[in-house]
Amino acid sequence: MPGSNIIQCDVCQSNEAEVFLTQIVGGKMQKVNLCKSCSKDRGVDDPTGFALTELLAGLGTSTETEKPAVAHGSGESSGETTTVVTAAKCPVCGFTQADFKKTGRLGCSECYQTFTESLGSLLKAMHKGTHHTGKMPVALARRKEITERMKSLQDNLQKAVRDEDYENAASLRDQIRRLSGQMGN
Amino acid sequence: MKFSSLIASPGEWMRTDGPHHDIVISSRVRLARNLRDLPFPGWAKKADRIAILEQLKPQVESLGEMDDAFTEYLQDLSALEKQVLVERHLISREHAAKGIGSAVVMNRQQTLSIMINEEDHLRMQAIRCGFQLKNAYKLANKADNALEDTLEFAYSPQLGYLTACPTNVGTGMRASAMLHLPALVLDENINKVIQAVNKIGLAVRGLYGEGTEAMGNLFQVSNQTTLGEKEEDIINRLGKVIEQIIEHERSARQTLLEKKRTMLVDQIGRAYGILSHAFSMNSKEALNFLSLIRLGVDLGFFPSAFRLPADELFMETQPAHLQKNSQQKLSADERDALRAEIVRGKLRNFPAPDLSKGTSNGHGKEGAKD
Ligand SMILES: [Zn+2]
Ligand SMILES: [Zn+2]
Repeated sequence: MPGSNIIQCDVCQSNEAEVFLTQIVGGKMQKVNLCKSCSKDRGVDDPTGFALTELLAGLGTSTETEKPAVAHGSGESSGETTTVVTAAKCPVCGFTQADFKKTGRLGCSECYQTFTESLGSLLKAMHKGTHHTGKMPVALARRKEITERMKSLQDNLQKAVRDEDYENAASLRDQIRRLSGQMGN
Repeated sequence: MKFSSLIASPGEWMRTDGPHHDIVISSRVRLARNLRDLPFPGWAKKADRIAILEQLKPQVESLGEMDDAFTEYLQDLSALEKQVLVERHLISREHAAKGIGSAVVMNRQQTLSIMINEEDHLRMQAIRCGFQLKNAYKLANKADNALEDTLEFAYSPQLGYLTACPTNVGTGMRASAMLHLPALVLDENINKVIQAVNKIGLAVRGLYGEGTEAMGNLFQVSNQTTLGEKEEDIINRLGKVIEQIIEHERSARQTLLEKKRTMLVDQIGRAYGILSHAFSMNSKEALNFLSLIRLGVDLGFFPSAFRLPADELFMETQPAHLQKNSQQKLSADERDALRAEIVRGKLRNFPAPDLSKGTSNGHGKEGAKD
């Protein structure tokens, strides 16, 4: 009896799956698990190379290059395909890539850092962009604003000293002192 | 606040005076947030989950909005009570399946519901009547800002708010509207609309059932992506698409009135006849006929005073709502009989549809374009 944690190949339904594909079709995540021989048949036996070329070539540009057939039958093979690899383990929560494969969820916020490489292509296929442009925590936004303001004051101060504009430099020093006071709390 | 007093009154979103309420039933915005470096609920051990819950619950309860809130651990709610909350869209189906280590806190008006340890540590959902996506976002965002004061949420400058599922990362926001689109279903254009909306990266699905099989002609439109776009932009994009769907539904109604009037009045008349005289009715049948009654009110076939009672029936005929007023456990047959009885009772006061009427602006707002 094979252990219950053995995942079967979705194509031949008999061998143990060793290549795990996560496919995005119409924004929905679909998973396909393939055994070695089925994945070879479909040209996806080199997961690393496959993920990169497929993603870099295929995204948004509707290339006519032959897509490795992943979805079986039913003509659902359009959509980007991403391969999820690596065997890292999250240092904070102990989550592994296999756990992600099983659940489609991550273990903790640090997992995004741990699995950053494989998640990168997945997120790219899944979302509109790869960078967050929306809201940030208010405290963080305030800190960021103060840091930027501080940097510009210091730049101006340097310039004022260089230009021997001592009056302006004194005022800039005052402002910097006040701002550092704010950073303390 | 007790469960019984919470559900004694309908939620604010079930009111019938929101903007474009004839087509947009409700608008919802949900924000997903997590505490930094702690395991997500699905991965956390029971003790961790409880510890996270005990940290979050008092903070959520102390929100200004949660004065006199309904707050409960999931294991302290009966299966029936959970189901009633699901039918009111106050908790998700997934959350209803939770037990020890999860809780829900919602305000008296039922406009803000915060699920603790659903898929994420916090799921904050604001729901408003009619087309009010921006107001719904404001409400959820206010709660988020207040909680952020004392809690450190998992956030990365590049990926935004970090969520258990990568499909929510970034804004952690899902904005959606529940739409009633009977004319688009009757004139068989609904699939075209669904395809067009899907193509631009938004999701449409039947509220109960899929595609043309959607029961009650109720559909939910929502954003699918959460990373790479600002909250306001997502909401504006979604809002523009909803405005277009509203236009399509209105013009479909006009077309039906002008070109397929017999079919239209036949459908509404039959719905009225069956709802007024049936003695057993399953939930699908009830939803579909009630949808036509609602359309009848919109088109002026019934007086506008009957909008509210018609709308209330959508909720009152849901299985858990039927069960909650009964002493003993109802079988499916008994539920169908009770459902028919409640509908008959309410429709007794309805006049027969006045089929000589019929304008696409039956409720006196938003006149037809031509
Ligand atoms: Zn195989
Ligand atoms: Zn982790």
